Amino acid sequence: MSNKAIPVLATLSAIGLVVTLWLVFTYAPFEPVLLFNQKIFYWHVPHAFMLFLATTICGVSSLVFLKKRTPKWDDLALATAEIAVVFGAAVLITGSIWAKAAWDIWWSWEKRLTMSLLLWLALVGYVLVRRFAGASADRLAAGLAVFGTLGIPFIYTMVDKSDRHPQAGSGGNVMTLTGPMKLVFWMSVLTFFLWFLTLVMMRVQSAAGERELRELREKGLDAGVLS
Amino acid sequence: MSVLRQAARVAWKDLRIELRSREIVYTMAFFAGLIAVIYSMSFPAKPDLVRAAVPGMLWVAIAFAGTIGLGRAFDRERENDTMRALLLAPIPRLSVFLGKAISIAVLVTAVAAVCTPLLALFLDAPLFADPLPLALVLVLGAIGIANVGSVFAATLLKVRSRDVLLPVILYPILIPLFVAGTHATEALIAVVPDPDKAWYWIGFLGIYDAAGVVMSLWIFESLVIE
Amino acid sequence: MALDQVQVKKLTKRYGTERALGGVSLELTAGKLTALLGHNGAGKTTLLGIVSTLVRPTDGAVTYRAKGAEVLGEDVRREIGMLAHASLCYGELTAHENLELVAGLYSVDGDRAALTAVLDRVGLDAKARDRVARTYSRGMLQRLALARALLTRPSLLLLDEPFTGLDRDGALALGEQLGALRDAGAIVVIVTHDLEAIAGKTDHVAILRRGQLVFEDRGAYTYDSLKDLYHQHAN
Repeated sequence: MSNKAIPVLATLSAIGLVVTLWLVFTYAPFEPVLLFNQKIFYWHVPHAFMLFLATTICGVSSLVFLKKRTPKWDDLALATAEIAVVFGAAVLITGSIWAKAAWDIWWSWEKRLTMSLLLWLALVGYVLVRRFAGASADRLAAGLAVFGTLGIPFIYTMVDKSDRHPQAGSGGNVMTLTGPMKLVFWMSVLTFFLWFLTLVMMRVQSAAGERELRELREKGLDAGVLS
Repeated sequence: MSVLRQAARVAWKDLRIELRSREIVYTMAFFAGLIAVIYSMSFPAKPDLVRAAVPGMLWVAIAFAGTIGLGRAFDRERENDTMRALLLAPIPRLSVFLGKAISIAVLVTAVAAVCTPLLALFLDAPLFADPLPLALVLVLGAIGIANVGSVFAATLLKVRSRDVLLPVILYPILIPLFVAGTHATEALIAVVPDPDKAWYWIGFLGIYDAAGVVMSLWIFESLVIE
Repeated sequence: MALDQVQVKKLTKRYGTERALGGVSLELTAGKLTALLGHNGAGKTTLLGIVSTLVRPTDGAVTYRAKGAEVLGEDVRREIGMLAHASLCYGELTAHENLELVAGLYSVDGDRAALTAVLDRVGLDAKARDRVARTYSRGMLQRLALARALLTRPSLLLLDEPFTGLDRDGALALGEQLGALRDAGAIVVIVTHDLEAIAGKTDHVAILRRGQLVFEDRGAYTYDSLKDLYHQHAN
């Protein structure tokens, strides 16, 4: 199944990307305050959604891995964490560009940016722990992921309560979108979701493949065929 | 309940050892004092600036000193592999966690108890304006640090880069705790104190701690057993 | 319930990319002393770690039985005694305090008389017993560690390089103690490089190499035959 799914998803994502870009630049209307600059929103927000989705999947599969110790859950946690770092970086960079366009500063502690930053930090921590903690890296990182994901509602509340920056001209709440903007936005979300799935599946497959190779090598060593 | 009784036994063992040598308490208290001095010297003595910066300073000091003390307290269990002995004992492994967490919470509270008057002294900050709620904030903070800290310090016991990995793992997880603590402290020592805000953040800390403890109880054993 | 049988079935342990144990199966029985031999990194400590419940296997399982019935969880740990290179004792506590703590954790008799009895049995100097363990010599520390292991009357005794740091007399004395425990019905497993100390006392010899069980036999082996076996199989 996985052999066919990845090329299919990749193709769909590529098509989706082309279509979305076309729609963003030709179909989506200008937002009244920021005009052209607002269009980065169609990149920024879906990546943020994927960041949250990835973090949650990472946290849940880390928890299952800790309890069951089946490697496939660890593969999923690792894959989603690494990809979340990439998507998170995209959120922060596009957010920074947007902030410059909207408020003329390169960074703001606006609540959604702040929240993305905090999640991203925890995920970078996850990747660092995986790399440098040696033999128990998988357990430790899983623990970090579990507590990090547990913290999401607390981070949200905390950031919400301490928010010192207005949302002026930032595109507001995605739920209040209407008409063409709504279509393009959700098209964009779908595209990046497919892209996210493609990347996760590729990474999981690669990790599973590494493990299979290792196990085959062990069998060879045991049988005396390899040395 | 046997879990609590054995946890008390583990905690008492730790506290007794610490009372005997006082190594961690002395070194951490001194370290916390040094941080207070450094902060005090790096800020101009303008009352409003100070008032605004003190809550953050206090919690950063607690974070640093707390993490070092945590590492040192668990290092003790490395010396003769006594952590292995505790995990081998026919007591619920949760008791090991609870016992360690209790003793660490006491330790971190002691650190906070040193930092607070020192900062109040050096920066002429009204940290004792409303001492009881402040004490509650500090204790809740200590519990949160002790909870997550014990889980990970125990898991990191045999890992080579544990000294740097402990903060790398702990600080992202503890960000809500530090922010809540800072906000609560700020609300308590402001020129016009804001008790509603303070109690909101105290409640936040309480729920954060509760969620953290429940999660620790759930996954401690799966984390600590190799 | 005293354990009388421990079954190790196809035990595998992977640490990240490294495989420490690959499908090892063994059976340990009451009143038998098993010597677990092999080079460093062969997987002996990992195997002991899993049998002592401190390490979770990647695959396979260990089953503990007492009179045919399976024993689980804390009840297994109650029956395990461990003697390792580290003393497992707190340096800041005295011998008595260390043993009191163990008595409390294992719910065994911890009054002065019981502790004195076990400390006498291991031959720990009476004057040292109220000094903190940090002041002990290596030999004294080993005696305290042995007292700690014996206090709880374990039926499964696991020893990881217990002879390291002991002089010849100390090693032989410990070997005698272990033989006595075996005779009293305990399951004794020793991981060691000191073939001389266990020569003639083994009932079961198992040799590990690169995580695999490459040799297993029952019977007492002399020092020379142990040496030969080791050279033959452990490399």
